[in-house]
Amino acid sequence: MDTDSIHSGYSHHSNRSRGSNKQSERSSRDRHKSHSRDSSSRSDKNVTISASSAQPQQPDQGSAPTDAQDDNWGETTTAVTGTSDHSLSQEDLAGFGKETDGPVEKLNCIRFIPLALTLLLGLLVLVTPLSFLVLPQVLWPERLQACGTACEGLFLSLAFKLLILLLAGWALFVRPTRASLPRIAVFRALLGLLTLLLLLSYWLFFGVRILDSQEENYHGIVQFAVSLVDALLFIHYLAVVLLEIRHLQPCFSLCVVRSTDGETHHYNLGQLSIQRAALVILQHYYKDFSVHNPALLTAAKSRAAKHLAGLKVYNVDGAGSDAATAQSRAKIAAAARQRDTSHNELYYEEAEHDRRVRKRKARLVVAVEEAFTHVRRLQEEEKKKPPGDEMDPREAAQAIFPSMARALQKYLRTTRQQHCHSMDSIQAHLAFCITNNMTPKAFLESYLMAGPTLQYGRECWQTRQWTLVSEASVTSPLHHGSEFQLKSSDFSLVVTSKTIPHLKLSEEYVHPKSHKFVLQLQSETSV
Amino acid sequence: FLSLFQQRIEIQKLREGDNLILGFSIGGGIDQDASQNPFSEDKADKGIYVTRVSKGGPAEVAGLRIGDKIMQVNGWDMTMVTHDQARKRLTKKKEDVVRLLITRKSLEETVRQSMMQH
Repeated sequence: MDTDSIHSGYSHHSNRSRGSNKQSERSSRDRHKSHSRDSSSRSDKNVTISASSAQPQQPDQGSAPTDAQDDNWGETTTAVTGTSDHSLSQEDLAGFGKETDGPVEKLNCIRFIPLALTLLLGLLVLVTPLSFLVLPQVLWPERLQACGTACEGLFLSLAFKLLILLLAGWALFVRPTRASLPRIAVFRALLGLLTLLLLLSYWLFFGVRILDSQEENYHGIVQFAVSLVDALLFIHYLAVVLLEIRHLQPCFSLCVVRSTDGETHHYNLGQLSIQRAALVILQHYYKDFSVHNPALLTAAKSRAAKHLAGLKVYNVDGAGSDAATAQSRAKIAAAARQRDTSHNELYYEEAEHDRRVRKRKARLVVAVEEAFTHVRRLQEEEKKKPPGDEMDPREAAQAIFPSMARALQKYLRTTRQQHCHSMDSIQAHLAFCITNNMTPKAFLESYLMAGPTLQYGRECWQTRQWTLVSEASVTSPLHHGSEFQLKSSDFSLVVTSKTIPHLKLSEEYVHPKSHKFVLQLQSETSV
Repeated sequence: FLSLFQQRIEIQKLREGDNLILGFSIGGGIDQDASQNPFSEDKADKGIYVTRVSKGGPAEVAGLRIGDKIMQVNGWDMTMVTHDQARKRLTKKKEDVVRLLITRKSLEETVRQSMMQH
């Protein structure tokens, strides 16, 4: 995006000397550029590779401690060009894409099995009462007693009840599945089994009592069919209550904490199994939690690495059985005694970072406000006589974008958000803001604050594969104190649940005329 | 209930123009908010207290001090009067002299201390 040799975000954390920075910057920038080019043309799954493959740079930088090694780093090492062992070449990326195609297709097939079963059951439900009515007419029409208006009434009610049942079934069951859960959904399976049992028993009775004995009372047969449809409607009522209504009344409060940065949110849920609760939590995660930004966590990791690398323990008395615990205890004691000034560094580093962010933000706000003054919506009277250079929103955005691009990019680099926003997404957002008459502040808000994951493009919306880690069975219901984890590739969400306490509400009646007041005086008189 | 820690003070009113002034200010009264009285020990005490004594005035000369509680004025009881009634009793135009019966916290302490010494 810019033509200066400003080092990219990843080498921003390098603690190497300035002299050898230039070569590493160029190499890391090349690597970063090749990855971004690859990733933008591929599906979201491959972007995780580019983000995590650049991470191995950090331990490298951390393990180059002395200055003497730093100066020769550029000349002697081979990890300079884009084909080092830490970067993936074009072929590797292409190969990885092919590998995951297979399991993805299989997953797609598995996802449609419940839908297929539901449709099959629906077909059976539709066919059974109709066949109860039609089969006697077909098999022994001469012997059937004609029944008049009563039967017609029953036919009408049967038709409408079937229609209602089908519509209700379609509304409740035929929906695109939101997710594939690890175990079967217990309630749905039970309801399917119940319906199947009901149909089977009705077929059994029909077969034995009516087909075998060739029943002549057609009125009775029609009533038999109508009773089946009634029973099916009641099963549908049971399905609505179990699947949709039971979990509406909140009785658990779940606390969800993200493991990397500790961001916490609380949700109130009803009685659900652990897997269904996990599903609800994930749906809320994408809109409530701010986007996971791994670049913000590297500072803490480098500090942790420095703490660990500070002390080395030598065993001079020979190997003992409890050497490991003795070593760790000795390390902790020595570290406590050592005068550690890393807190000082942290304080000044953070103050400096805040100052830099504020400065860049000020420049950015001014640049954006100035850019927005250059573009104006075409008025109605001006539209009649074309001025000649009218533009649609996308072109207008492209026209004013260069004046703010540099300030915006510098700001994103300072707050380490540059990988969440691509140039296309920024221009698209700018065109969107121009179309909807938004102010510069409205345009900037999505860059100044880290928003929820939903707000960003598909590149950041990476994880759709989550793993549910739980000590209890995932189909068991939630109870007070149940804990489980939702693991994704970069982080995990730790969930604990507590019951909402039983609330006792009592009443106190206040008479409307009981509000009386007196004045509180404190006067002082001189005599 | 007659408290032992009392003092009698006689103030000569000073004529200033058309008015007779005593040189102090009072606060309190049964119609006032007793909890805001800074001088009383018991915050439910609705008696009349001296809130300010003007320098060099007749009250200071006579020995009245800030924080004193006025129990009687010329024989009239002041422990259960409204603020306005108290003001009227102190500013009667026909009287030149007011004789006050006051009680003072520091007075109580000195008497108690002298009693404890015996």
